[in-house]
Amino acid sequence: MSEHALLRVEGLTVGFNTEQGPVRVTEDVSFELKPGHTLGLVGESGCGKSVTAQTIMRLLPSPPSRIDAGRILFEGKDLATASQREMQKIRGDRIGMVFQEPMTSLNPTLRIGEQIAEPLMLHRGMKRAQADEEVIKVLKQVGIGNAERRLLQYPHELSGGLRQRVMIAIAIICKPQLLIADEPTTALDVTIQAQIMELLKTLQKDLGLAVLLITHDLGMVAEMCETIAVMYAGRIVEAGRTVNVFAKPHHPYTYGLLNSSPRRAKKGQRLPSIPGLVPPPDARGGGCSFAARCSNALERCRTETPPLVPQGNDAAACWNPIP
Amino acid sequence: MTALLEARGISKFFPSRDGKGVVRAVNDVSLSLATGETLGIVGESGCGKSTLARMLMRLIEPSEGQVLFEDEDLVSLPKSAMRQRRRDIQIVFQDPYASLDPRMTIAQIIAEPLDIHGIGAKAERAAKVRELIALVGLDPSAAQRYPHEFSGGQRQRIGIARAIALEPKLVVLDEPVSALDVSIQSQVLNLLDDLKTRLKLSYIFISHDLSVVQHVSDRVAVMYLGRIVEEGPADTVLGAPRHPYTQALISAIPEIDPTKRKAHVLLTGDPPNPENIPQGCPFHPRCPIAQELCRVEIPAFVTSGGSRARCHFAGRA
Repeated sequence: MSEHALLRVEGLTVGFNTEQGPVRVTEDVSFELKPGHTLGLVGESGCGKSVTAQTIMRLLPSPPSRIDAGRILFEGKDLATASQREMQKIRGDRIGMVFQEPMTSLNPTLRIGEQIAEPLMLHRGMKRAQADEEVIKVLKQVGIGNAERRLLQYPHELSGGLRQRVMIAIAIICKPQLLIADEPTTALDVTIQAQIMELLKTLQKDLGLAVLLITHDLGMVAEMCETIAVMYAGRIVEAGRTVNVFAKPHHPYTYGLLNSSPRRAKKGQRLPSIPGLVPPPDARGGGCSFAARCSNALERCRTETPPLVPQGNDAAACWNPIP
Repeated sequence: MTALLEARGISKFFPSRDGKGVVRAVNDVSLSLATGETLGIVGESGCGKSTLARMLMRLIEPSEGQVLFEDEDLVSLPKSAMRQRRRDIQIVFQDPYASLDPRMTIAQIIAEPLDIHGIGAKAERAAKVRELIALVGLDPSAAQRYPHEFSGGQRQRIGIARAIALEPKLVVLDEPVSALDVSIQSQVLNLLDDLKTRLKLSYIFISHDLSVVQHVSDRVAVMYLGRIVEEGPADTVLGAPRHPYTQALISAIPEIDPTKRKAHVLLTGDPPNPENIPQGCPFHPRCPIAQELCRVEIPAFVTSGGSRARCHFAGRA
């Protein structure tokens, strides 16, 4: 693969220790992201997409979480083995992160000016007064008017959309190479969602940011991401260029996901749906985890886990892919 | 078609938090639902859609207006008569985790409405519960289990079984699939569609998700700050919207097709606080086509081609 990857995740396997014993939540997850590019990591609840993002940032407490295998190469350094001290230097400086819930991710007791300035004080050793100039600049960049007044406000005084803009300001103030956005618009109303999505697109272009977008919303990936990786039950089941995967999905799960959206269905017709439920992490057994819900499943699917291999114009992990 | 349900000028005013003002959560809403129809109500958080739905079944008392169900005004019914009427109007809630009592078995949950209304003998009720469990696509063994043993989609099926237990005429669905994953969403939407045909139900379907509403609804009402701003046949309202707010809502949805990336009509700012609704057209501060007139005068409905839009410049954007 490319030598110029900014982020390369190789065979990442993350487990948790639970009262019932160890459980694997992601298995053998591999993908890469070049500088300035966008990758959408999509899947439904519990597929392991957020765990993957948080593991890249090393935000999961260990124990109970563990990296059982794999490497996370970022700018040539393996984050999987980095110390917390090293991670602190990278987080908020080289890698920015935006979370789903802007209310719980901001500190309710600090004015937003202080929260946006914090990464500069921490990573650049700036004094507060110095930082403020930058803070006002970044507030304008994320589309918050009246910056001088906003600096002095607390998170509860802002709407959900503005809070998410503040989160984005914190994430980009140190001019990171990579932005990880975990369901950045899910908690917002549609019209605000569209505003935040436009903002992310603009920033990505203007700052040459690489964006790893974690989402359940295929529409958002279609609109923002050059490449896509679809996760199911802890594994990547299909990956490739977004246009190719959307035009011609090879994995039956991707196909089902794309087609069960009412956005694609004809009115009055039954929605194509995927029968059954996602198996919980402790009941994934051998073979392909999707086999029990898959209409294409072969005998082999129940016993052998399919690897992610080239398939048409992209890659799929399936023994009986859609041609 | 005769109207099954008709709301005439209903409003709900709550006292504001400081006790000095009023929050006009729902303001002078009139709508009607024909037998066998699905009416979709869409809008963003705080637009009043859930308050409206609860008033339609008198779970919240309207401050003003009438709700006619089969030509009988529910608002003026005495409590006992209203309780009888509730057999005909049931509701499914959004959150399948919060709306089922964790200490009751599934059989008890589904049987509760039958118990309350004293329907059938014990054995008949048990048979009815078994039938309902099968009808919503759950395994018979579900009866003796508890809500925590089920996934979100299965819990929503349980909530639906409870809602249809009394063979209602109207079911209010308040964001019934919003908490569910896409692949599960479509299963539940298909189930609702089947039940509607089999049991001859009428639906009021509340959602913030326009694509879901478009798929299920015959008619659609779009709400903004407590008022209906556009209403009419689903294909007209969502296919050729005339109100700039409806247009912006539709434009905000990303297309599930990377070859069709579109420029969104972006609304500036956030929806205003319902405690402090702007003068004139409540939408004017965010409206891309607002004129001087919009700042001073509340627009009346303009009807065209079976749909009505509350905008001075409807269809002219």
